[in-house]
Amino acid sequence: MEKKKTLKKERIPMREQDPQERKSNFDEVACGYNLEEGMAEADRCLECKKQPCVAGCPVEVDIPGFIKRVKEGDLRAAIMAIKDKNDLPAICGRVCPQEDQCEKFCTLGKKGSPVAIGRLERLAADAEVAMGELSLPEIAPPTGKKVVVIGSGPASLTCAGDLARLGHEVTILEALHAPGGVLVYGIPEFRLPKAIVNREVEYVTRLGVKIQYDQVVGRTVRLQDLLANGYDAGFIGIGAGLPWFMDIPGENLNGVYSANEYLTRSNLMKAYLFPEYDTPLKRGQRVAVVGGGNVALDSARTALRLGAEEVFLVYRRSRDEMPARAEEIHHAVEEGVQFKFLTLPTIIEGKDGMVTGMECLRMELGEPDESGRRRPVPVEHSEFKIACDLVVMAIGTSANPLLTCTMPELKLNRRGYIEVDEVGETSIPGIYAGGDIVTGSATVIEAMGAGKKAARAIHRRLAGEDKEL
Amino acid sequence: MSYPIIFKEQMSEQVFALRVRAPQIAAGALPGQFAILRINEGGERFPLTLADWSAGEGWIFLVFQVVGKSTFTLSKLQVGDELKDVVGPLGLPSEIEKYGRVLCVGGGVGIAALYPIARALKATGNRVDSIIGARSQELLILEKEMEDVSTSLAIMTDDGSKGAKGLVTWALEEELKGEGADLVLAIGPAIMMKFASAVTAPFKVPTRVSLNSIMLDGTGMCGTCRVEVCGKTRFACVEGPEFDGNEVDWNLLLNRLGQYKQEEAVSYEQARSGCCRE
Ligand SMILES: Cc1cc2nc3c(=O)[nH]c(=O)nc-3n(C[C@H](O)[C@H](O)[C@H](O)COP(=O)(O)OP(=O)(O)OC[C@H]3O[C@@H](n4cnc5c(N)ncnc54)[C@H](O)[C@@H]3O)c2cc1C
Ligand SMILES: Cc1cc2nc3c(=O)[nH]c(=O)nc-3n(C[C@H](O)[C@H](O)[C@H](O)COP(=O)(O)OP(=O)(O)OC[C@H]3O[C@@H](n4cnc5c(N)ncnc54)[C@H](O)[C@@H]3O)c2cc1C
Ligand code: SF4
Ligand code: FES
Repeated sequence: MEKKKTLKKERIPMREQDPQERKSNFDEVACGYNLEEGMAEADRCLECKKQPCVAGCPVEVDIPGFIKRVKEGDLRAAIMAIKDKNDLPAICGRVCPQEDQCEKFCTLGKKGSPVAIGRLERLAADAEVAMGELSLPEIAPPTGKKVVVIGSGPASLTCAGDLARLGHEVTILEALHAPGGVLVYGIPEFRLPKAIVNREVEYVTRLGVKIQYDQVVGRTVRLQDLLANGYDAGFIGIGAGLPWFMDIPGENLNGVYSANEYLTRSNLMKAYLFPEYDTPLKRGQRVAVVGGGNVALDSARTALRLGAEEVFLVYRRSRDEMPARAEEIHHAVEEGVQFKFLTLPTIIEGKDGMVTGMECLRMELGEPDESGRRRPVPVEHSEFKIACDLVVMAIGTSANPLLTCTMPELKLNRRGYIEVDEVGETSIPGIYAGGDIVTGSATVIEAMGAGKKAARAIHRRLAGEDKEL
Repeated sequence: MSYPIIFKEQMSEQVFALRVRAPQIAAGALPGQFAILRINEGGERFPLTLADWSAGEGWIFLVFQVVGKSTFTLSKLQVGDELKDVVGPLGLPSEIEKYGRVLCVGGGVGIAALYPIARALKATGNRVDSIIGARSQELLILEKEMEDVSTSLAIMTDDGSKGAKGLVTWALEEELKGEGADLVLAIGPAIMMKFASAVTAPFKVPTRVSLNSIMLDGTGMCGTCRVEVCGKTRFACVEGPEFDGNEVDWNLLLNRLGQYKQEEAVSYEQARSGCCRE
């Protein structure tokens, strides 16, 4: 079967907004496939028996199965096949690093470009919305068991959705006033429209999950009290939201932001629509973003859209070591973000309390470090300045102790992340955890995978079966 | 969830008080903590101290001064209106122990933040001698309440229209020169807390202040609230709001409080001219 077809080496390209135009609006960059393009792309799939792509998917979507439906033009059947495993397909189709997951293992990738699995997933998900009525899966009869889920990021949404389908009564408690975690406060509108996040969250609530906002667990309520008062199990999916700073002089000047603050003001609080929305955000003319990951790129591209004339991405290693997705680096280059590689800020300078520039050192790459990447080392006497009026620190985040410090019995690792066993259970029986608060900053789909795994274990526990050893 | 206003009072020309139904916050509140409010869908998130609460009746009491768009909009709401979001109790509670003689110094709307702390200190057996002040008699709030929770109460006004004429920091200095104190607690405008700390420094009296840095989430996630204490960056929303006044970098705080002056002026103007979104 497979041999007969002539292999189409290259994938169907996806239309995108023109870089010159898009860099001054917040509309989505990627336009998605239409049905015809999607069917043509799906047609490239070999329907491999061994399904190597599925092994690369943390939530085990039946990839060849859904692609086959797309091939046949039946997008409703395609989305049903995806949603059997993944409640957030329109989100995943947009932000998952497929090149490191399913697409990395795709047979076609060995000779040409892998099937554009993510784009097809997005097509199917968006088509369902266009068709109107969302189809709901079968929901098991009520079990009478109650589960509380802390946080509403992808780990929590997945865990909650899966448990609700199994008939449990699930309540999500979220600290902020909106659901989605990083999906809503971190990732910008032009990569992931908030309407899409809301739509997929609504789907989870349609499965029966209740969401309560303004609930800072550890302050507003204590998890121990919830478990003592009627909840049978708990899941902690609070992410890793504590922003790092560099600890260099001048970092608390006006005009220096953590990426979390910069993006939260812009995305969650809609400061890009100020003064229609009340939350202000400084609009720099020359913006320096420090870091090399997705978060740094999102900040840099947000700065462009907020009217900056020049945006610099200041990274201490070189392009090869950037942890950001290749596609996003490409987008940022197209939009005019200027990369300053092998550059380490040492002092942030200011005048009248406001940033005016950064003093930096040039770096060169030395021996590989623990991460396997070559360690950047400063070049002596290489000081130079970058003039800028805004600095965004996107150098990483870590575990926020706000909740965990109220639970002394909860076992944490050295860096403050929650320790769990192979099924996601913490040191406190009946309390599970997953996502960034366990692994450190990772990806949407890995957080979802952890939520799914914990949901399975919670279900087994609630159904009265002993935990597998 | 909704947070209806169940009582409203105008305390002075620019200062208002609201009782808001928020049973969960009332149940857990401790002196020194605050809440973050969002009035409506397009509103910003901003903090107000819990000036009082009743766990039994499920309400919290907020006292605020109109200084910009959010506080202006809040002052226009009436009993029965609902706030979109109220999150709390946030921040570390005030340490309440038996210290001996505590001088509680409050300025302007800061008196509201001071009140529950003074009450708890008194109830714990401290001698609480309070000094409160305002620009003039009309602007002085919670005089009666402070009197009830203080061993003695001194009042200062800039114009002498009530109590003695002068600044609270003068009265504080006199007390320290005289009988001295085991702890000074100063809450008010940043500039008042800065000078109160400068007054206590030579006397080596432990001095606690409550920092009102700009906040966003209030959970340690953004760093907008960062202040420098002992030369170290701290997040006031989770590590504060109370810090040792003699270790705070006051100029940094004052600078950061002014970060959005221009934008705030635009917002306030828009709100006052009545074109704000419902
Ligand atoms: C700017 C940015 C861009 C990114 N881009 C990508 C990308 O393109 N692709 C990708 O795969 N990944 C990306 N990531 C990473 C990805 O978003 C995260 O790995 C993922 O969101 C983690 O999910 P989570 O469910 O563990 O936690 P989060 O998404 O962090 O959600 C945690 C939630 O818990 C809430 N919470 C925290 N504490 C409490 C408490 N005490 N009580 C109640 N609620 C609480 C928070 O408010 C939040 O809503 C990006 C991250 C950022 C910051
Ligand atoms: C922990 C804490 C407790 C507070 N308690 C009280 C209180 O009990 N009563 C009271 O009247 N005020 C209190 N404040 C100050 C109050 O939050 C600000 O006055 C309010 O946010 C001003 O908003 P606005 O839109 O009316 O004014 P704006 O025009 O936005 O600002 C006026 C001034 O208020 C400050 N401010 C602005 N936005 C914020 C923000 N999001 N967070 C903090 N400060 C901001 C700025 O320094 C600014 O110069 C407290 C602040 C903090 C941090
Ligand atoms: S590996 Fe690639 S070609 Fe094979 S089934 Fe999966 S998507 Fe199709
Ligand atoms: S207000 Fe965001 S960290 Fe303090």
